[in-house]
This record gives sequence, C-alpha cells and structure tokens, in this order.
Amino acid sequence: MNNKEQGKNLNQSGSGATAMRLRGIVRKEFLQIMRDPSSIAIAFLMPVLLLLLFGYGVSLDAEHVPVAVVVEHSSVHTASLTAKFSTSRYFEPVFITSLQEAKQALINHKVDGIIYLKSDFSRILKTGYEPAPIQVILNGVDSNTARLVSGYVQGIWATWIEELAREQGSRASMPVNLQHRIWFNSQVRSQNFLVPGLVAVIMTLIGALLTAMIVSREWERGTMEALMSTPVAIREILLGKIIPYFVLGMGGMLLTVALTVWLFDVPLRGSFWILVSTSALFLLTALGMGLFISTIARNQFIAGQAAIIVTFLPAFLLSGFIFDIESMPALVQAITHIIAARYFIMILQTVFLAGNVWSVIIPNAFALLVLAIIFLGLSRFKSYKRLD
Amino acid sequence: MWRRVIALIKKEFLALMKDKKSRLTIIIPPILQLLIFGYAATYDLERVRFAVYDEDRSHASRDLISRFSCSPTFHLVSHITRDEHIAPLIDNKNVLLIIRIGPQFSRDLLTGRGTDLQVIIDGRNSNTALIVLNYVRTILTDFNMDWMARHNWPTPPANLYIRSWYNENLESRWFIVPGIVGLLTLVVTMLVTALSVAREREQGTFDQLLVTPLRPFELLLGKALPGFIIGIVEATLIILIAMFWFDIPLRGNLLALYIGLVLFLLSAIGVGLMISSLALTQQQGLMGAFIFLVPSVILSGFTTPIANMPVLVQKLTLFNPLRYFMVVIRGVFLEEAPVTVLLDQYWPMALIGSITMLTAAWFFRHRTT
Amino acid sequence: MNETAAFQKSALSFNAVCKTFVEGKRTIPALVNVTFNIRLGSISSLVGPDGAGKTTLIRVALGLLRPEQGDITLFDTPIASAPSYVQTVTGYMPQRFGLYEDLTVSENLDLYADLQGVASDERPERYHELMKMTNLQNFTSRLAGRLSGGMKQKLGLACTLLSSPKLLLLDEPTVGVDPVSRRELWSIVSRLVEEKHTTVLLSTAYLDEAERCDNIILLNEGRILDQGPPDSFTRGLQHRIFEITSDLNKRRLQQELQSAEGVLDAVIQGDLVRLVMREGYEPKKVKKIYDIHGIQIDSVSPRFEDGYIAMLDAEKGGLDAQGVEFDTAVKETKDGIVIAVDHIKRRFGDFYAVKDVSFQVFRGEVFGLLGANGAGKTTTFRMLCGMLPVSEGSLSVSGVDLRTAAAEARARVGYMSQKFSLYGSLSVMQNLRFFSSVYDLTGRRREERIQWALDQLELAPVKDASSGELPLGYKQRLALSCALMHEPDILFLDEPTSGVDPLARREFWKHINALSNSGVTVLVTTHFLEEAEYCDRLAIMVDGEIPAIGTPLEIRTQAGTIAREPIVSMEEAFVTLIREQSKN
Repeated sequence: MNNKEQGKNLNQSGSGATAMRLRGIVRKEFLQIMRDPSSIAIAFLMPVLLLLLFGYGVSLDAEHVPVAVVVEHSSVHTASLTAKFSTSRYFEPVFITSLQEAKQALINHKVDGIIYLKSDFSRILKTGYEPAPIQVILNGVDSNTARLVSGYVQGIWATWIEELAREQGSRASMPVNLQHRIWFNSQVRSQNFLVPGLVAVIMTLIGALLTAMIVSREWERGTMEALMSTPVAIREILLGKIIPYFVLGMGGMLLTVALTVWLFDVPLRGSFWILVSTSALFLLTALGMGLFISTIARNQFIAGQAAIIVTFLPAFLLSGFIFDIESMPALVQAITHIIAARYFIMILQTVFLAGNVWSVIIPNAFALLVLAIIFLGLSRFKSYKRLD
Repeated sequence: MWRRVIALIKKEFLALMKDKKSRLTIIIPPILQLLIFGYAATYDLERVRFAVYDEDRSHASRDLISRFSCSPTFHLVSHITRDEHIAPLIDNKNVLLIIRIGPQFSRDLLTGRGTDLQVIIDGRNSNTALIVLNYVRTILTDFNMDWMARHNWPTPPANLYIRSWYNENLESRWFIVPGIVGLLTLVVTMLVTALSVAREREQGTFDQLLVTPLRPFELLLGKALPGFIIGIVEATLIILIAMFWFDIPLRGNLLALYIGLVLFLLSAIGVGLMISSLALTQQQGLMGAFIFLVPSVILSGFTTPIANMPVLVQKLTLFNPLRYFMVVIRGVFLEEAPVTVLLDQYWPMALIGSITMLTAAWFFRHRTT
Repeated sequence: MNETAAFQKSALSFNAVCKTFVEGKRTIPALVNVTFNIRLGSISSLVGPDGAGKTTLIRVALGLLRPEQGDITLFDTPIASAPSYVQTVTGYMPQRFGLYEDLTVSENLDLYADLQGVASDERPERYHELMKMTNLQNFTSRLAGRLSGGMKQKLGLACTLLSSPKLLLLDEPTVGVDPVSRRELWSIVSRLVEEKHTTVLLSTAYLDEAERCDNIILLNEGRILDQGPPDSFTRGLQHRIFEITSDLNKRRLQQELQSAEGVLDAVIQGDLVRLVMREGYEPKKVKKIYDIHGIQIDSVSPRFEDGYIAMLDAEKGGLDAQGVEFDTAVKETKDGIVIAVDHIKRRFGDFYAVKDVSFQVFRGEVFGLLGANGAGKTTTFRMLCGMLPVSEGSLSVSGVDLRTAAAEARARVGYMSQKFSLYGSLSVMQNLRFFSSVYDLTGRRREERIQWALDQLELAPVKDASSGELPLGYKQRLALSCALMHEPDILFLDEPTSGVDPLARREFWKHINALSNSGVTVLVTTHFLEEAEYCDRLAIMVDGEIPAIGTPLEIRTQAGTIAREPIVSMEEAFVTLIREQSKN
C-alpha cells in the first residue's frame, strides 16, 4: 500500500500529471468561453463592430466639404475659379450672394468655410498692378479639418493661377512649385493606417480586458478556493488561462487581418508570418497585463475598470494609433514607452504598408518581448497558492 | 414622496463614497485621463524629422533649407548625397520627410524660369503625411513671396488670404480638450449608473426596494439623481481644468453650456439605467456599458468629423447623445454659440433621455429572473 | 488528551495554532491556541456560532491560510514542510461548492479528475460509482448552475471524492439543502467512512448532524470550548431535561416556560416542549411552571443540543432575549383572511414552477411554506410579494394584489429575504435610517422606531459597524428590524434562518412568536423541519403543488396514514409526503 501510494504521488508531480491538469484547465476555459455570451461578444462581436466602424465610419479624409462661395461681381475669371471648386472632390460649394448670409451659414454649421470674391476682384485682376485678393474664412474649431481644407484651397489656387498664366502666355507664375510624393499610401487613405492599427486595439480588448475578468471571476465565485485545494500548481493555473485566450486572441487577429486585406483593400506588403509572430508577442504582453490586473484586483468590477483605463484607452490614444507620439510633450512620450501597443502599432503600419523593414521590426519586437516577460513574470510573482 | 427619494439618493451616495476603491475610480482616473489625453491627443506636429538632398548647394537652396530647419515644426537630422539613401531613411522611420533640391534649382530660379521642389513623405500615417505636406506648402509659399519681392518676379494675379474663425492659430488642443470634457462625463456617468441597478439585483436589495412603498418613478429619480449630481460636479471640475490648465477660452455663455450638460446627462443616465435595468449581473452591466461606450465615442465627432463618415453611418450617429453634446461644448467654448443656435442639439438629447428613462423605469419592475 | 487517543493513529492534528486577520487597523483573532487531534477513520464535526472560526480552521488545515503559530500535522507529515502533499491526500468542499456553474455535471467531473490526476482508464468506473452514489446519473449533461441546491452539494462532494482522498474536509455541506438531500449526503459520507476508512471533518450548523459524529469540536470566538464524543457534552445535564405538555397551545406554553425562573432553554418539539433547567433548579419547584394548567412533566435524557446551549450560555452569560413587541393596529378583514391564494400557476418557458396552488392565511397566524429545493416555494413567495406576476389564477394580500396595488398597500407589508438583503457598505444605523425613510416614517416617530430597533433587537452595540461585516446573526436581526420598521400587518420571511446557528435561530423565533401574539400575520419559508413545528399551520410544496396543508399535527397524521404507522417527527412526515407525491 505504501509503495503504491508513493507511486501515485510521484505520478502527480510528474510531467504526465502536469499535462493532464493543464489540459483540464484549458478545456474548462474553452467551455466557459463558449457558454458565456459576454466573452463571445467581446471576442467576436466587438472586433467586427470596431472594424466596421473604423473601416467605414471613421475617416480623417475631408471630402465634399461644404463651402459658401460669395461672388459679388461675376466675370470670366471668377467663373473659372469657382468652377475649380465645383469640380473638386474635396468641395461642395454653395453659391450665396451676400457675405452676411454666408457668415450666418458658417455660424450655423451649414458650411465649413467661405470663399469670398469682392466686387472689385475682376477689376484688380485685369489691371494687374497688385494681386487680386481671394478671401477665405474657415471654421477653425476642428483645426485638423481646417488645415486640410486650407491645403486644398491652396492647391486649387495654385493650379488656377498657373492656368491663368498659361492662357495669357506668360511664364510660370511661381518661382518654386511643390512636387510631392507620399510613399506607401499614395492615395492618402486614412483607412490604410487606421484599420491595421485596429489589430492592436482588438487584441488588447481580447487579451487584457477579457483576461482581466477571468481570474477575478474565479475569486468572486469561490471556485478559486476549490482549485487551490487540488494538486494543481499556480503556473498550471496561469498557463491554463493563457493558452485559451491566446488562441482566441490569435483568432481575433486573423479575423481582423482577413477583413482588413479583403474587405478594406489595405495592402499587406510585408510577410504574413512576421505579422503573426509579432502579434503573438504582443498578445502575450496583453495577456500578461490582463492577468496581472486580475490577480491584484480579485474583483470583476475593479478589474474591468482598471483594464479599460490602463490598457484599452492608452492603446487607442497613446500608441500612435491616431495621434503622433513625437508631437506629444516629453513626459507623455516617456509614458508611451511602457505601452505595448506603441511598439506593435509601429510594426503593424510598417508590415502592412511598407514591407519587411527589419530595422523597424527587430527593436520593436524586442521591446514587446521585454514587456511580455515583465508582465507575465509579475503575474506569476503576485499569485501564490494561498488565500491570505 | 421627496423624503423617500432623498433617502434613496443619500443611500446611493453613502454606498458609493464609503468604499474607497469606488470613490477613487470616480475621481482619480477622469482627471488623470484629462491631463494625459489633453497633452497626447493633438494633431499638431512638432519636430518632424527630415533629411535634405541638396544637389544644388547654392545660396538659394541654403536659404530654403534654413527656413525648414529653423522652424520649430521641423528638425533636420541628416544631409544625404545619393539617391540610394532616400529609401532606407524613410523605410526605417528615421525621417518622415525628405526634401530634394535638384542641381538646376538656383539656375532656373535666377533665369526666372521657375523650378520644382521635390518632397517625399512617409505615408504610413496618412493624416500625419497630409499635415506635413501642409506645413511644407506654407513654408514654400513664404519663400516664394520673398523671392518674388526681392527678385522683381512678376506678382501673381491673385492672392489667397486665409483666416480661421474661432481657432485662429488652428490649435488641435482647442478642438480636442473640450471634446474630452464630453467623453469623460459620459464615461463617469455610465459607470455610476450602468451598475447601480445590476449590483442591487445581484445582492438582492433590489427586491427589498420593490416591496417598499417606493413607486417606480421615485425609484428612477433616486437612481438617476446621484449620477446626475456626480456628472455635474465632475463636468464642472473638468471644464475648470480645461479653462485654467489648458487655457482653452470659454467664449460663450454658461447657461447655454449647462442646458446642454443637463440634457446630455439626462440622456447618458437614461442609457446607463436602461442597460442596468436590463442586466441581471454586474458583469453584463459592465459589458453593456462598454459596448455602448466604444461606438458612441468613435461616432461622436470627438476625433474624426462626422461629415467624413458614409451617409448610413452618419444617420446612425443621430442616436448618439455624445454627438450633440460635442457640438454644444465646442460651440460654447470656441464659437460663442448662444442658446438659440444650439436648440437643434438640445431637443434630440432631451428625447433620447426621456425615452431611455421611461424604458428603464418599466424594466425595474418587469425584468425578472 | 487521553492515553488511548494518543495511541490511536492520528489523521490530522493541530498543536497551539493561532491565526489572526488584519483589517485596516484592527486585528481580529480568528483562531486562538487551537489544539486537537482527529483519529484516522473517524467523522468529526466542527460546531459553533457564526464567526467562531470554523471556515478559517478548515482553510488553515488545508494550507490555504498560513497560521502565525503552531504546528499542523497531516498523516504524520507537518504540512508546513510539504504543502503540495496536503492537496494530494485531502478532498475539500468549500461553502460555495467550487463548481463551475457554466459547465455541465460531467464537465465538472472531467475537470476535477484532470486536476487530481485520476488516470483516464479508471474514470468510467469511478464516474459511474460516484453518479450512482449521488443519484445524479440522469443529469450528467445538465449545467451545474441549473441543478438544485441539494444536487449541487452532491456534485461538489462527488468532485472532491474523485481521487479517493484520505481526509475529507467539508465546510457547511448541508446549508440550504432540503431534508431529503441532506439524508442522502449523510448516507454517502457514512458509506465512505465505513467502506474506505476515509477520515472526515465537517462544519455544520445542524446540531443533530453533529450528534451523529464520533467527535465534536465546539468553537467560539476562535477558541475551542470543548471537544470529545457527543455524549461527553451532556454529562452535567442528567436530570435537567424535561418534556412538558399542558392545556395551553404549545407556542404559548413555550413562551411561558421561557420566561420562567431557572429555565435555560425551552423549545417546541413535535407536540410538546423540551425544557432545559439551569443547574440546581427543578421545574416542579418553580411556581410559574407548576401553575400552568394541565401541566405534565417528564424527565428525559439529554442530547447534544442541550449541551451546546448550556455551554454557550455559560460562555456568553445568559441568552434570555425577550421577543420584540409592538402594538399593531391590524386592519380587520371580514372573514379574517389576510392572504388568499386561488389556483395560481406560474410558468417559465414551458416549465411550470408552480402549478395550481391554493391556500389561505388568517390574521395573526404563523404560516409555513415547506418544500425541497426547487419545489416552487420561492416562486410562490415572490408572487405573493408582488415581485413576479402570476401566469394564471389570482391572489390577494390584505385584499389587494401587491403587484398592481398602490404603493400604500406595500407599506402594510414587511419583507425579509434569505440573503438578508441590506446595503453592506452602509452602517447599521444608516441602513435603519434608510429603510425608515423609505417607509415614510418621519420626525419623532422615526427616531422612536430606530431606537426601538436598537434596543429590542440589540443592535445598539454595533450601530456604527458596516453591516456587511457583521456576523450572520446580527445581519439577520438587522434585516428583521428593517422589515419591521414600519410595524407591518403582514411579514414575509424567505428562509430567514438559513445558515444561522442554533442560538440565533432560537432568538429569531422568539421574535416571531411575539409578533404573532400582537396580531401580525407571518408567512415563512424554511428548510428546518423543526421550525415547521413552530408554525400554526403549514403547507408542504412538492414539484409546484401542495399535497398537504394543515397544522403540524394534521400533517403528521396525514403522513402517518400514508405510511400506515404513526409518525412523530416532522422530518419523517416530510420525507413520506414527498415520496408519496413523486409516486403519483
């Protein structure tokens, strides 16, 4: 009897038993995921929702901007200028006869800008002693749009005077003309950088938010106590929770990438396998953060809030996803260094739009690796098999 | 009746404020977020790294380059001498912009023929690329004007005079920070209300309330007012920080702002309570709040204009209370919008608020396990 | 420790174990110098009031909590040196069973089999054996969350038994479990001990369960008051226990006896009252007792419960709380019917939780609603309180349906739920203030009622404490006082004594009796069949129907006719009726 006992104990600490326990926990987590509508919602519904919102809904590219065009005295020249606005895809001109009316339209948000050609515009233009003034008033509240619109106006103005000069047989009117090329995204579609960036946001959601809830849920429901009284080791519990959510997260990633490439026509210029392996690294970091939060919080409500505040919002706002990191104040820039999404966004935008640029991928992947080790290590360090 | 409602409100506050963790969740994160995001969320670029490929090396080319390198917006990192250097610099994200000046640059200029300036921009973030292009254009226009004046170049037939109303220097922060006021107010009120009924259901105290003489209407008031008070206080605090820390001018009148705030809170609390009365557990409440919050922030015009969205999505935003409040708060802050101009924003929020509140009150009693 | 005990092989022994918790600035001693020894192959029970440290003791034994002082030895191995050893030889069922409610019965079994390293070739046989033992064969594909309380407990037990543990630790395994399931649980445990020589340590609030054990450890405030076999607790009580009958009704009699001099304890038991006298008193010599009309006094032998009461009485210095009092102006309805239930049904999907139930409750009655887990008690209860609409039929409380009635009608009703639903983060005083305001009490009246609650229900000492952190007994009293704040005519109590220790239960019933005497109608649901005897009338619910209704005596007689032999205990009657009903 004694020998048999010992044999059994040996078996329980051996690798076979570890595998069995791990398998048990992994299977349990999968079953729970499948049966919990809210985790399904977060893992599959939210990515699709976010993708559709960002893919179709969000765009920084201002087109068809409504502008009021006020021409006090029309002539051939004013007609050729306003025709440029009418044919541009960037503008949706509304012809208004008085400046006063146009200003009212601007105040009421009916138009975003006013192009004003005074009654003496054509006269000054003809005399040619001084430049005729084209006055432009923009609603500057949305400064980004205002800046884009003023750029479009300048573009129209430049082509217009060039054509004018050619008509009159004079030489090129500007000393230096700008010739620009925008690499990687020649049509300047904002979807091309927003949608790949979403991969990071979605994986943060699955990795951090969902995992933040799972350990605290076990504490709240009292099942953790039962788990701890079995021979299962802490590392097996943690691993057993990481594996299913890792699979789920990679699933979310593949879904997102597939939709990005096929539905939104974003080019994937780099290697798919680099994308997969760096995503795996990022996912480990996100899982580490989620586990760490939930190990400390032991309460779903607090864990959920903490996860939104320390992982989800920064992934949106401090990662370079929408706002440029280098334009932030030094202190905020310093903070972004501990945000894993920052490194991953850099990799994503490069792999999707530029290709396999190793000098970008390697240092950022290394940073992800370091963060993954730190967060997973912290969760391991902070969990022990006791209740106090 | 009021006595019962006041008792309920008192109880909600006690329950909320007694727990140190929930007290902190309501106060600290919003302020921290305002500060961090207030600084981080800007489209204005600073110290854009660029490289120069100057094949001309003339007085004129150096003048043009120094206009870039002296601007706070740009930061010169290297001079390159060969075509092959261009691609790696951009690929590796060493620079965002390369300015290339051809060998004929000064000769063409001096002979009055006019010349080209080539710029290459990293388009991985298309928005940043467009902004950089705009900055480049502005500097080049200045250069052209000066050149024309100094070298007797014929003046162009017409000139542009662009002015921006409300935000004269086009500072992004003026646009973003008032938006954050709306965003954070929404998040805080949702967190306070979305769990309030669900938590009581989970703990069984909601049944206890249902057997007391409290009417559904009183229950609704008792649940809504604490969120309302917290919302007003928190929003006021954030508005003050926006005004005095971020120096955003508050040009309009406070009445217009607070009418908007009250109606916005009404609709936000309505949605929160509706989620809460439908949820059977706190987890469902939290998920519900989250699933509501994310799209409503994205579709509010907070960072990206609603006008840029497809028509169908634009119609969807009509159900989003934050959308209306964004217009109100930016209108009052920057545009000096009076109450009359904002009426179109007020009534949809009032409508959303009333419908969701009534639905919530109905579910208090009719949602059973 | 006596010689023979030391000689016998020990399974678990504690030596001077201390454990304290730190909560804010306070340190709370949870275990003080605890020393005991559990024999191999024995069943031991851990009893004591709420907050005595029972759960802490079990957790310490498992190594889930680390004691500050003392040694714990498990099968001759000190647990401090081999924490993983503990988990391979013990099976533990925590109070909340540790089941995953969103997994099915067999998935739960698979999980725990994996965790405990049960080889896969042994599993089919083991599962079969355990499912047969727990009678869960037909439910293996049902989600654990959909099982009744009793089935959950049995499944929880099955999960801990997968690896045939040498020591089984059960924390309150029978709380919230109906009598039938309780019996089944006990027969499983006894079989384990007999066939597999498993050692069992369980904590319980049921003293009749403790009495079945080989060894009892009585804990109070973290200290062991006494330990030993059940009969060792009753040694000093030999001629102090009596059974009394009289011409008075038994509840009246019990109240008379309780208030008499020299009486330690008086409880209703079947048709008579069981009396425990204090040291040196004899009932025949106490005038108040002797004067009771038609009194008959028989001396009987003591049982463990008597010893428990006596010991805690000595420890606490008197238990004699008087019942609460208030003079309600009860609204007279014509025929004295306060609650009328007429053929009500309640459907959830296509499942009838309540099918065709009718009964009436008269003014001033204590009416009990008894049934197994899932019999439809709580559904009926919620419909009466107006929290759930009826699918068919009609009901009225004080002449109205609370669901549709004006708010004022609800002001005549008091309600106390099984979870003692109070605002945990609020203090006792804040809870009282809140509920008094919600019930429209104002000014002096409000102050008076709050004072009444503090005095009569003895809440004054804890009035500033957070109500969530109070011991269960206090929570229960606070919940009762909140329900009574506005002096209702009708009181609804949903399993008011679930999980509460015997002392608090006694005290609670004193209050109920007093209320009933002042004309309040009480409707109560319960699992404790001894409590059924306290009711004037009761209805037994089985599968959504009421097969038996009447006074406790009538119920027992009805069961007796079915069984064709006289039945004296309510538990027997209950089990018989349930069997009969499921036969039909």
